[in-house]
Amino acid sequence: MTAYIGRRVLGTVPLLIGIATLIFVVLHFAPGDPGAMLFGPNVPPAIIEQSRHAWGLDQPLWVQYLKWIGALFTGDFGWSLFQGRPVSQVVLDALPPTLALTFSALALVFAAGVLIGVYQGVRQHSAGDNALSVLVLFFYSMPSFWLGMMLALIFAQKASQWGWPVALPASGTTSVDYDLLSAGGRILDRLRHLVLPVTTLTLALTAGVARYTRGQMLEVVRQDYIRTARAKGLPERTVILNHALRNSLIPVITLLGLYLPFLFSGAVFVEYIFAWPGMGRVIVTAISQRDYPVIMATSFIFACLVILGNLLADVLYAWADPRIRHG
Amino acid sequence: MGEPLAGGGTRPGGDGRTIVETSGHAIRTPVIAASAVLPGLGHVIEGRRAQGLLLMAAWIATLAIALKSWQRIVAIPGTGSADDWLAILTLAAMLVGTCMAGTAGLVRGQRRAAGSSRFASEWRRFRRSRTAMAGLGVIVVLYALMLLTPLIAPFGPAERVGDLVRVRLLPPSAAHWLGTDRLGRDVLSRILYGARISLTIGFIATAISISVGTTLGAVAGYAGGRIDALLMRFTDLVLAFPRLILLIMIVALFGQSVVVIVLVLGLTQWPSTTRIVRGDVLSLREREFIQAARALGFRPARVLFCHIIPNVLGPVIVAATLGVGNTIVLEAGLSFLGLGPPPPTPTWGAMVEGGRDIMISSWWVATFPGLAIVIVVLAFNLAGDGLRDALDPRLR
Repeated sequence: MTAYIGRRVLGTVPLLIGIATLIFVVLHFAPGDPGAMLFGPNVPPAIIEQSRHAWGLDQPLWVQYLKWIGALFTGDFGWSLFQGRPVSQVVLDALPPTLALTFSALALVFAAGVLIGVYQGVRQHSAGDNALSVLVLFFYSMPSFWLGMMLALIFAQKASQWGWPVALPASGTTSVDYDLLSAGGRILDRLRHLVLPVTTLTLALTAGVARYTRGQMLEVVRQDYIRTARAKGLPERTVILNHALRNSLIPVITLLGLYLPFLFSGAVFVEYIFAWPGMGRVIVTAISQRDYPVIMATSFIFACLVILGNLLADVLYAWADPRIRHG
Repeated sequence: MGEPLAGGGTRPGGDGRTIVETSGHAIRTPVIAASAVLPGLGHVIEGRRAQGLLLMAAWIATLAIALKSWQRIVAIPGTGSADDWLAILTLAAMLVGTCMAGTAGLVRGQRRAAGSSRFASEWRRFRRSRTAMAGLGVIVVLYALMLLTPLIAPFGPAERVGDLVRVRLLPPSAAHWLGTDRLGRDVLSRILYGARISLTIGFIATAISISVGTTLGAVAGYAGGRIDALLMRFTDLVLAFPRLILLIMIVALFGQSVVVIVLVLGLTQWPSTTRIVRGDVLSLREREFIQAARALGFRPARVLFCHIIPNVLGPVIVAATLGVGNTIVLEAGLSFLGLGPPPPTPTWGAMVEGGRDIMISSWWVATFPGLAIVIVVLAFNLAGDGLRDALDPRLR
């Protein structure tokens, strides 16, 4: 097991360097200059030249590239061109809200997806199966930004108009009066702010897990050992939960890793809609400002999280299925 | 079961259903003639009601469009653009097509239903899924609407429908079914014109990604060894990068023309196809008919493109169908972030963004374009799902 993990970890290093190179290439071949973006068109070229020098953009490309690769190892990504603070600080501020959002959603997606998928797999072709299939696909087909807007309209704005007892906040991570609240009140306030963004992400992403689990269940329940279990006279409940479910869940683990890119993509829109101060917002703003250090650092960290997720999924998979690690 | 049908009665069909047989051609002639005037009538008479009613509906809708837009059609020969001509051609094709479907379906229908080729059996299984058929139907209707837009859209895509003070942000009404936006433009017309952008981008980008993905996957799987390893590492690399962020980066930095957007969407979607195709090719490579082709001395390119790729098309078609839906959502997302084709081009994503800050007072501006996205994407996903079931050999 240790050898397997070691092999997999080593395998990610070239992947990381490849991604870092990809980011570098895309950014440095793009037209447009951050100096011109920051100062506008009516600034003398000398000043733009000066700023390029200060940011190190006038150095040869290979020097910039080596500096960038070096930065990956030290964690020193330089300074944001527009925010006047270190990039690492920007990232550290934005990472916790994004992780809170995405991981709450991830947990819910897998819980709901597996439940729905198992139900559908056991009751194939029933009315419930068909209805659930269409329902999850319906939410899956929605652009997350539109879904978010609809939920905000109904549960934040209209709910208070219509006099519903629960009107949920649809912007930011805390209320205006957060500092005046008691400790318990603060936790509750943060949770309330999580509800709509997390619901949006969960609804949009549950379909994949549900469909995959359903497919796995359908395959497993046709196998001989399930027939054996039934023939032994085991109650259906035990057959499904103890025999079928366990084996169908193993491949679902791999989805965990494959899902992260979708999760982060969805988070970009959800953060935009709900004014959530996370990585998605940071990167969208940085790209529009051409804040190169911030773009490079945030996109690299997104890619790292994805690779980390894949690694984790692979290791979990190997742990659950011995054929993998000895294969 | 190739002979012409003689005599009446029923018999079991090829797939276990009972097929209603009708008497010979002599008696059927009036029915067929009636079907040429009102397509679908013959189907209903012969007991295939769902098909018949559908044909009738299609025929009536086509006629209604032709009559309603008669004045526009007459004006086109003098002033029309390529778009207008395309719309007329589509309309004509629909008129002729429904009539032909009405009659030809009667003459050949039963023989075809009993066919047992691979395609026929797959088509039968696809048809059994109602949701998949509904998806396919919506897709067909949408592409027809897209082509007919110049004839059926009540207003132009960037046309202010009247004095701005009077016509801005009108709620849905009989004159403006889906209301107007803040520049006094008709939301329904803009959605119809926006469909062209979404459907075209979705289609072309997917065509690119599928061609690239299939070729790379087939080459990797067939060549094996170092080429395989190299290609798959590259695939992993692109897969590990959150696609949306790559898209935003490239479009924001390299300019937001339709061409850039199509290329970027197409060239970031292929990795999943590559993986699927490679896996299938790996197992196909060892099969006897491929070895036979190689033993006959065919060049690798010929073996690959004539013998291997046709056999992996099933999953590729599924990936393509689902890919169109995916691409349309992503394009909408880019437009929503202000990275789509520049205004005043109507795109659904930009229309949603345009109504975002007036959601509370004028909900229709953002709601309907979003709903259009949902319908289109859902249709592609349902059809793709049905295709997956129909083409999956394990579920046969």
